[in-house]
Amino acid sequence: MRDVAVVGFAQRQMTDYDGSPQCAELLVPLLAECYEQTGWTKKDIGFWCSGSSDYLAGRAFSFVSAIDAIGVLPPVNESHVEMDAAWALYEAWLKIQTGEVDTALVYGFGKSSAGVLRRTLALQLDPYTMTPLWPDTVSIAALQARLGIDAGLWDERAMAEVVDRSLTDAEKNEYAVRAGGSSVEDLLARPMFADPLRKHDCAPVTDGAAAIVLAAGDRAREVRDRPAWITGLGHVSDGLHLGTRDLTQSESAERAAASVGGLDGVEIAEVHAPFSHQEVILRGALGLADDVRINPSGGPLAGNPMFTGGAIRIGEAARRVWDGTADKVAGHATSGPALQQNLVCVMEAK
Amino acid sequence: MSRTLQAPVTVAFDYTRSVGPVLGRFLTGLREGRFVGARTSDGRVVVPPPEFDPLTHRATADFVDLPDTGTVTSWTWVSEPVAGQPFDRPFAFALVTLDGADAPILHAVDAAGPEEMSTGMRVRARWAEERAGVITDFVFEPDGSSEVSRLGTGAPRTSTTEEGDAVSGIITPVSLDYVYAASPEESAFFRGLSEGRILGQRCPKCQKVYVPPRPACPVDGVPTEGEIELSDTGTVTTFCIVNVPFQGQKIKPPYVAAYVLLDGADIAIQHLILDIPADEVRMGLRVKAVWKPREEWGTTIENISHFAPTGDPDADYETYKQHL
Repeated sequence: MRDVAVVGFAQRQMTDYDGSPQCAELLVPLLAECYEQTGWTKKDIGFWCSGSSDYLAGRAFSFVSAIDAIGVLPPVNESHVEMDAAWALYEAWLKIQTGEVDTALVYGFGKSSAGVLRRTLALQLDPYTMTPLWPDTVSIAALQARLGIDAGLWDERAMAEVVDRSLTDAEKNEYAVRAGGSSVEDLLARPMFADPLRKHDCAPVTDGAAAIVLAAGDRAREVRDRPAWITGLGHVSDGLHLGTRDLTQSESAERAAASVGGLDGVEIAEVHAPFSHQEVILRGALGLADDVRINPSGGPLAGNPMFTGGAIRIGEAARRVWDGTADKVAGHATSGPALQQNLVCVMEAK
Repeated sequence: MSRTLQAPVTVAFDYTRSVGPVLGRFLTGLREGRFVGARTSDGRVVVPPPEFDPLTHRATADFVDLPDTGTVTSWTWVSEPVAGQPFDRPFAFALVTLDGADAPILHAVDAAGPEEMSTGMRVRARWAEERAGVITDFVFEPDGSSEVSRLGTGAPRTSTTEEGDAVSGIITPVSLDYVYAASPEESAFFRGLSEGRILGQRCPKCQKVYVPPRPACPVDGVPTEGEIELSDTGTVTTFCIVNVPFQGQKIKPPYVAAYVLLDGADIAIQHLILDIPADEVRMGLRVKAVWKPREEWGTTIENISHFAPTGDPDADYETYKQHL
């Protein structure tokens, strides 16, 4: 295996973004930031990989318009996944492992506000027995939350504690679209949105984009004193049918963590939990020790651009290695309904 | 005024698929007003039946009829329903384990309010009078109520090979509403058109002029800048004669769709060439925009009705060969 590190990261998360759904105008300054961080030009990038969705944009081949932002003439080595950019990062990591390239730039973008996100995401469900009912994302998460409450695995107070801690941490994150902790009592006094979820239990609909730079060996060392070396990267999916999964657990997250040899020794974890109770599920499934600091950035409850939210978790975690806050961190990404697909990326200083 | 132009767009299509023997059996059952589940290799009874066993991966074969009563294992209250959902008034989504089943099915419960819902409550399927063999042929209701539901207009439908045969296909209408926004550069282009001007933008690096303008130069990946007003006269670089009639066509074939390289631009725009027989259009033909009457202008390229020959001599191939 080649040593590959995260060496660059730029992000934008916005409440109200009035640009086009392919987000090229948003990506251009992000990519410029990546060049500035690395000291590279586009000629130094061996492979490009993006994550986005045409359904979110409401137009076909939206990622093709977005590649204007990377300067694609003459043709570059490029690929796209209809997944969170965290999965694009996985593809880029694999590409570097083949030895074909030494560097990669991964980006994701999503203008969630262009449509009705709760409806658009119904298209990722089983098209025969679920999509025709148009079950919205929030309702499905609420069914999952109640299962855990009824089983005594967590309660509304535990969920509110996740929200309070996240929004308090988000006050220090300039990209947060929602921030400001209050108190657990105050949160519990607010009205239900999708019983047993309150609005603050659900990640806000966020437009945004993010970009991450990967590099192998000496190319990584030329960029940073402390590159965030990827020492474990795995992803696993559960089945499609909600009824046949134990929604109070996340078997795929557990298996993804096992595939990287577990998360022992991790000091900081950025966990992609778009709903407060999902952080509780993931803490258990990923096997995070009690003293692991979770989502110091404020996490997805402070801003969760679709197809970017997972990649941001990896970037935020990597940042903590670069600046010396931690020696071992984990970034986690999820995709699909009720934590169906999960990816874990462990990064370490060496 | 908003920085960008925005307009509503609806993306709609019929999701049409065959369903195979397992789902076909389940949907045929629904049309007959009964539930068909299947026993998986771990002994569990699951409805809807999975097409393949999750453990052995063999095709599902052991089918089980189930009653239309069950127990709510989880629920949530939908206070703000979205389009396409089983009700346009508040209702509950629930996981319901049918009596005799070991795994729940996701569906809607027609309850008066969240206070009527609880985990462990008993529900019963309420069948639609006219059933099509689709998942919306029923909803659940608290056991004891009795209202008759009907299929909504957006409801899926199924296809059968012959009347009374097993359901063999499903057609689910999908319709999604978007607010589509042009990029700031595209917005400037469309606003220019509403004033009779054609605006492009130049790449600061390679100096290419893009029209319609794009946020970034695809060669250099840098933001375009330097708004440039272009002539409405140009050269046909390539073209095709449309002979095929299609839905929504506005002009009777044959007609010509061409790439017109406006003077001063490096990228051709596509438009119609009229006022000349289709078989006389050629590469190098010099053309000029024919604008609609000013009172009909909007923020659209349709302000230009078409391009027509200027009567000038054809452009030399050397002048446009780099733009093909």
